[in-house]
Amino acid sequence: MSGPTGDTHGEPTPVTVRLDADQFKVAAANPRQMERTVAATFLLGLAGFVGFGAAYWVNASNAWLGVSLGAGFVGLGFGMVAWGKYLMPRGPFSESRHSMVPTKAEKARIISDFSSRGKVVVERRGFLVKILGAAGAVFGVVAMFPLIRSLGPLPKHFSEATHWHKDSYLVNVNGERVHKDDLEYGGVLTVFPEGDVGGALSQTTLVRQLPPKGEVNIVTAPGRETWSPLGYMAFSRVCTHAGCPVALYQELTHQLLCPCHQSLFDIGPGAAAQPVFGPAPRPLPQLPLYIDAQGYLRAQAPFDQPVGPSFWWRRD
Amino acid sequence: MIDGLYDWIDDRLNISGGGRKMVNKIFPDHWSFMIGEIALYSFVVLLATGVFLTLYFVPSSTDVVYHGPYIPLDGVHMSEAYLSTINLSFSVRCGLLMRQMHHWAANIFIGAIVVHMCRVFFTGGFRRPRELNWIIGINMLIFAIFNGFLGYSLPDDLVSGTGIRISYSILESLPLVGPYLANLLFGGAFPGNALIPRFFIIHVLILPALIAGLLGAHLTLLVRQKHTQFKGPGATEHNVVGAPMWPTFMAKTQGFLFLIAGITALLGAAVQINPIWLYGPYKPYLATYAVQPDWYMGWLDGALRVMPHWQTVIGGRVIIPNVFWPAVVLPGVTFTVLMMWPFIEQKITGDRADHQLLERPRDRPKRTALGAAVLSFYFVLFGASATDVLANYLNVSLNIVLTTFQVLVFVVPLATYPVALRICREFQATPGAGKTKRHNIVIRSADGGYSTVPTEARPGDTLRELEPVALDASIYLPALVGSPSYEPVDRAGIGARAAAGGTYEAVSVDDEAEGAEGDQGLAAATTGAEGGGRARSRVFRIPRNYRGG
Repeated sequence: MSGPTGDTHGEPTPVTVRLDADQFKVAAANPRQMERTVAATFLLGLAGFVGFGAAYWVNASNAWLGVSLGAGFVGLGFGMVAWGKYLMPRGPFSESRHSMVPTKAEKARIISDFSSRGKVVVERRGFLVKILGAAGAVFGVVAMFPLIRSLGPLPKHFSEATHWHKDSYLVNVNGERVHKDDLEYGGVLTVFPEGDVGGALSQTTLVRQLPPKGEVNIVTAPGRETWSPLGYMAFSRVCTHAGCPVALYQELTHQLLCPCHQSLFDIGPGAAAQPVFGPAPRPLPQLPLYIDAQGYLRAQAPFDQPVGPSFWWRRD
Repeated sequence: MIDGLYDWIDDRLNISGGGRKMVNKIFPDHWSFMIGEIALYSFVVLLATGVFLTLYFVPSSTDVVYHGPYIPLDGVHMSEAYLSTINLSFSVRCGLLMRQMHHWAANIFIGAIVVHMCRVFFTGGFRRPRELNWIIGINMLIFAIFNGFLGYSLPDDLVSGTGIRISYSILESLPLVGPYLANLLFGGAFPGNALIPRFFIIHVLILPALIAGLLGAHLTLLVRQKHTQFKGPGATEHNVVGAPMWPTFMAKTQGFLFLIAGITALLGAAVQINPIWLYGPYKPYLATYAVQPDWYMGWLDGALRVMPHWQTVIGGRVIIPNVFWPAVVLPGVTFTVLMMWPFIEQKITGDRADHQLLERPRDRPKRTALGAAVLSFYFVLFGASATDVLANYLNVSLNIVLTTFQVLVFVVPLATYPVALRICREFQATPGAGKTKRHNIVIRSADGGYSTVPTEARPGDTLRELEPVALDASIYLPALVGSPSYEPVDRAGIGARAAAGGTYEAVSVDDEAEGAEGDQGLAAATTGAEGGGRARSRVFRIPRNYRGG
């Protein structure tokens, strides 16, 4: 009855096994009953597939389609597992396991075969191998060219990637120019340079805050005295952390919040849009604005730095 | 006809010679060996449903306007990719089911890989000679996560579009080559116009082909090296004990494929997943509250959140951007250490021997505790991907939640290690803990005391005690075909016990019984005998780690 043990190499000695041994009997206590159970689940599966066909034919709802298909598969699957578990030889059975480590002789044979021929091929004609290797290496390098030259443009100077220019009109999502009377104090609007509505890099948040008493502009940092006429301030909407739109404005605290990773930027007077919370490492770039003779909001100049997250060699 | 076909092929390829080995190949029985099968079969479901989806999905970012049965989006500008996904969901027959099954199967696929990996880790299945298969498995996990993310991104909805934006920033954060790589992959500055077609071909061809190739290698190595097994009756380092490929394992595993497909279909029918029509098409300037990626990216999103706002600046130039640490270094280190683990452990323990028998987690307390601590680290990161939701839900400030997670991410693993170590040692010190047991009967006696007695053996219980039959070294008498041996082995025993009135069936809730002493009640309940004391007893049957059959 017992199989060979302990032997990792060589053929095991055959053992005689009687097929009426307990190991070949089924595990079910009541095979007839188990047969009926399996038959019932198979029939459920069959019915499920018929139902799926019908549901598909009449274009039934997703629920009907899925439940009938699921019933079909679950019925078959349950039945087959029960069949395998209860109505097949219960075992246990075993097979012997052989070591994966080759014998010394096996190793020696392949090494000698390989090296004896290898000497002739490689060592005697080493210069052929060298040329072949050089050609392969050059091809490897050349094969990269299409990837580098054609997959996409090489990165430009990044601040040029936005479409903001000197005197660009601010327009809203519908492309309409923004007038100085459009926003109440505390209002917020997503704006773009005219001609790039919806632009992923040009997107800018326009906020109107009540300037401090006795002043017309809001000064977020020294040198930005004229950037926020009548309390209108514009900040790049691309988060300096991972590039999500900094879409939420908290009026009471004068803060912009990025919904992705919760970086919080303070856009109050003197705060320079510095991050005050969260993982963002840099302030949001501010767009200098002016109001033209007709009362429309326009950019004094493009952003003074690349917008968006940090990257290699970017000026900090 | 079939015989003829078999002969025809056999005469040309000699299947009979090596084929018998496959037919007799033994698969050990343990529930935990099923987890890998879940991964395998959900991959099959992924391929099947994925082929259906490719017939209707249009990988294009061309701007189009939707007019169709879903009224809320009527007249809205969107990409063709988004529109075709909406059509798949509302206009293509069975399309929504296939989409939802595909998404569910993807989540199950990656989940099963992770759990399977944990099983192999905690039982030492990665030890020599299986280091290679461990590495192949880790690579499949990496590809599966990538492909899951790409597939999730393809519909070009608002939530996934935000994810792509973040992934662009992550790519861009690589020192030196980042901006170039990001531009090349996306075909220009974000969003680029090449993104969706490229993601599509990577998602449906390149990564599935890689996964399928690795899967083939994984299974080939499994067959070549044979399955590991737990210690048990007859199981040694030199054999494999279990069920043969034909017919038992075939029936079970085929059934299992159907079960996975069926459960995925039921999920697709009943549990909505990724309802992109509610999110709307991607617009780079829109964002939604509580945007979370699929679960397998959660730890990375959490890492992005808990990472402090540091970046490396030298001479006024950014050298290492902030997101590089949580989004590139963390997964890089994670997967490198995972892949190297078999060798790291060999270095620590000095154990370089072949191992075919698995270890129980408790028997390697330090490895188990380390694994638990590392897992807890990723669980905390996963939790951290919901800081905003938690802050909202718990009604506390975001600052408090984030700072808490920044602390927890260090504290929880440090606390987990000694606790897990202690649990392992307690288990080791408890003889018989976790061993296969029979049902226990808990009996409350008339005076309120409790006691337990094991039930009598059930038919399956004796199965494990039989000696394994070595299929590859046996000569059968009489021949298997036509053998009258497919008879229940224990039918007579059951009958006899039932007749004697002493089986567990006879032990039942006996509220009506009245009277006397606890001891008598116990006796009556366990034996089920008539007469005796009529105790007011209540009997519960509790399966404890029952593993029969």
